[in-house]
Amino acid sequence: MGMLFPQIVAGLSNGSILLLAALGLSLTFGQMGVINNAHGEFMMAGAYTAYVTSTIIGNKAVSLGVALVVGFVVAGLLGLLLDVLLLERMRNRPLDTLLVTFGVSLVLQQLARDIFGATPVYAEAPDALTNPVTVFGYSFSAGRLFIFILSIVCVAALYAVLKLTPLGRQIRATSENRDLAEVSGISTKTVDHITFFLGSGIAGIAGVALSLLNSISFNFGTTFIVQAFLVVVAGGVGQLKGAVIASFVLGLAQSAIELPTSASIGQMAIFLIVVVFLQFRPQGLVSIRSRNLA
Amino acid sequence: MKHLTANEFATKYKPLVGAVIAIALIFLAPAVMSVYSLGLLSKYLCYAMVAIGIGLAWGQGGMLTLGQGLFFGLGAYVMAIHMKLEDIGPNQVPDFMSQYGITQVPGFWELFRNPVIAVIGVAAVPGIVAAVLGLAVFGRGVRGAYFAILSQALVAAFAVLLIGQSKTTGGTNGLNDFKGFFGYDLTDPANKRMIYYICAFLTLAMVLIVYWIRRSFIGNLIIGVRDQENRMKFLGYNPASIKVFAFSVAAMFAGIGGAMFVPVVGIISPSDISVTPSILMLAGVVIGGRTTLLGPLVGTLIIRFAETQLSEAYPSAWTYLEGLIFILVIAFVPMGLGQFKGVWPWIKEKLGIGVSGPVKAEAVKA
Repeated sequence: MGMLFPQIVAGLSNGSILLLAALGLSLTFGQMGVINNAHGEFMMAGAYTAYVTSTIIGNKAVSLGVALVVGFVVAGLLGLLLDVLLLERMRNRPLDTLLVTFGVSLVLQQLARDIFGATPVYAEAPDALTNPVTVFGYSFSAGRLFIFILSIVCVAALYAVLKLTPLGRQIRATSENRDLAEVSGISTKTVDHITFFLGSGIAGIAGVALSLLNSISFNFGTTFIVQAFLVVVAGGVGQLKGAVIASFVLGLAQSAIELPTSASIGQMAIFLIVVVFLQFRPQGLVSIRSRNLA
Repeated sequence: MKHLTANEFATKYKPLVGAVIAIALIFLAPAVMSVYSLGLLSKYLCYAMVAIGIGLAWGQGGMLTLGQGLFFGLGAYVMAIHMKLEDIGPNQVPDFMSQYGITQVPGFWELFRNPVIAVIGVAAVPGIVAAVLGLAVFGRGVRGAYFAILSQALVAAFAVLLIGQSKTTGGTNGLNDFKGFFGYDLTDPANKRMIYYICAFLTLAMVLIVYWIRRSFIGNLIIGVRDQENRMKFLGYNPASIKVFAFSVAAMFAGIGGAMFVPVVGIISPSDISVTPSILMLAGVVIGGRTTLLGPLVGTLIIRFAETQLSEAYPSAWTYLEGLIFILVIAFVPMGLGQFKGVWPWIKEKLGIGVSGPVKAEAVKA
């Protein structure tokens, strides 16, 4: 028990980081089949937002709160711009969006390098989040606890939007049957734009939150993007719960494997776990049943 | 005897004529280029070999692979291990290993000491890895975006593994500082020219192999699986095995390209093969036209040449350009240079010169 408990906590914390990074991705991938390679750079945009607000606003807690909101909007607008300018014309060839968004990520990274310089910067966290908190005699990093709570809040908020609001109903209708949604009077084009705004905005929030743990540089997003993709693949398309379960399972597995071996073995193992898992469920953990052969 | 017109002759002996022209160009290059530029050309050709394979797997087979760096790296490391062992001689260990206190090279190093095994290994190791991976993922119907993401994750994991296992792989520094290539001194210009010829003829051979595959029945099967996988299944073909074939050939080409990269450039490290370099290996294919035979080769030569010319003088502008190439070409000219294939017949038709057949449109299907 002495070893197990902190390890589970570390795993849950890793899982919540994965979840935050993958949540927006899973939304846009599930909705439109768009694989957004620039998702990591939207996170980077959120992280730099946190840096900018921390230099403007003196109070660190206020700065973090403002950054979460502004980061959401900044990243969301970037996503909206991307969708309107490029992705909209590529709805019938989703695989190509992977490469287009890779180009976007190259441009955004270079843009960040030119604006903020190549050396990493830091957004100072509020003191309350840098000190460890003690629960049941174990001490945790308060920053990681904050990220854990934030990830749960984000999932709950997104779930509420999808299940309870008219917008959410339209999003679900579009992702389940685009043509039928269109003939039912839903403007699928508008719904796509809003979905992309939401998904990218969540990336911005993730970036702000993860800037508490990491230094911010132009390749901030690349650290998370590959694993976030794996979460989406393992979780299955179009359902939030798939992404949630996959994040925490992979997070726990990674910390369990990393401890006796090394971080590099852990990452390799995560990959192998996902490939083996896809042998049993090629469509991911949670898939919508349909009569499609593909 | 029937006399052929120039046009008929060109059609009938197209591959032969092409090969003769290519061989002439290959021998012309050393005459007009310095040893330094010849080295650069050899490097471009190594990347072109990867691109030719991608053209087969992605353009023909519809498998968007973002992880060719894995196979490039496998071929490169096999070659690098062999060259290193050859440099240091028997019962010695490379410098970085002795720093860790290792006195005997590990088993997977010892395996590639034999030059014959090393030469076979540069193609066989990537080929086998690709076949095993392909059987696992294609066999279960994993395709499209899922496959692309898996290939990307695999190359990311491979790079992390190389860095993590630095005691036996050289870590971030990779393997470098080679003296000889199968007993030939690498500093001698004559040997550099020889390496260039090897690269050039390997590239030519790969183009001819892909030409032959495209013309053959297998080529039709590959395209069939790309465009109508279910229909192929109902016709009694196994899409998985067809895909595994194309993917493995692409992997072997990438491995051979990687193997030649080592003597040409003199270093192989994780930063040459990780996620971003792997996607950049697609750039030439994107520009040249993914479904064309020569597009990947031509596109790669163009983009790598531009990279050498621009990236050092204007590093920031070059990255923007690279990004914009991906954005603009894929979004607006998805077939790359191949898109302009129909332009010449169209002009001829408008002007009324010659007789032109219907221009075949090659469908882009993801």
